[in-house]
Amino acid sequence: MSAESGAERIPVLRLGDVLIAAIQQELTDQSALALQQDLTEMAAAGARGVIIEISGVEIIDSFLARILSEIAAATSMLAGRTVIAGMRPSVAITLVEMGLSLRGLRTARSLEDALSILGHSGPQAGR
Amino acid sequence: MSPDDVTRVHIGSDVQIAGARQAVREAAVAAGFSLVEQTKIVTAASELARNTLVHGGGGYMDLAVEDGPRGQGIHLTFTDEGPGIKDVSAALSDGYTTGNGLGLGLGGARRLVQDFTIDSTPGGGTTVTAVSWSRAGQRARR
Repeated sequence: MSAESGAERIPVLRLGDVLIAAIQQELTDQSALALQQDLTEMAAAGARGVIIEISGVEIIDSFLARILSEIAAATSMLAGRTVIAGMRPSVAITLVEMGLSLRGLRTARSLEDALSILGHSGPQAGR
Repeated sequence: MSPDDVTRVHIGSDVQIAGARQAVREAAVAAGFSLVEQTKIVTAASELARNTLVHGGGGYMDLAVEDGPRGQGIHLTFTDEGPGIKDVSAALSDGYTTGNGLGLGLGGARRLVQDFTIDSTPGGGTTVTAVSWSRAGQRARR
């Protein structure tokens, strides 16, 4: 696809050996591909897990579903695991009705749950 | 529907796929669609817009809001002048893919809307229509 589409990059944070990407806005295809590349490269440089926080994502179509599955497949080959956190109920219902299953993907209700799945104690649940 | 009620969105890049999604979401909100209904029609629009771009070489989406007996509906038409679909029923079956997705684009989109048609001839382009109604209409259908 065309190169000029100005892919906005999703920032990836590192917390110990876990990489965290929080998608807060509408993703273009190019942004999704850029995130896949960034996460795979960073995971190869050393990470035990990847969390993709998608509470800001309003739709997942088959293209984004494929990108998420491929990130999970790549990280598992690199000895890490990918957890998808915070999927909106409307997105989950739509995926099921479409017949899409996010094969190989772990999901968690929140970022905190995702961290504990990855064996990371995370911040103490204060407040 | 009268022609001046139709919004046309050109689909020539992935950014314009996002633009098509945005236009459909705004129309669905204005038509009183629930959050789940909005998500379904926007997801279907995303699949169909990508189909127009990737397989049709680009085209456009026409969006119209219709008044039905039990509420408003969103009527989407995707048109391209691409190579067309040789076997429409195969293209609608799960797992049919040219390698770009999960093979669920057209079939998945069909499952997310209430009315769905494909008109395509090899060499003659493709027109896909998808229609969804807000909740009152859906209940009547079930």
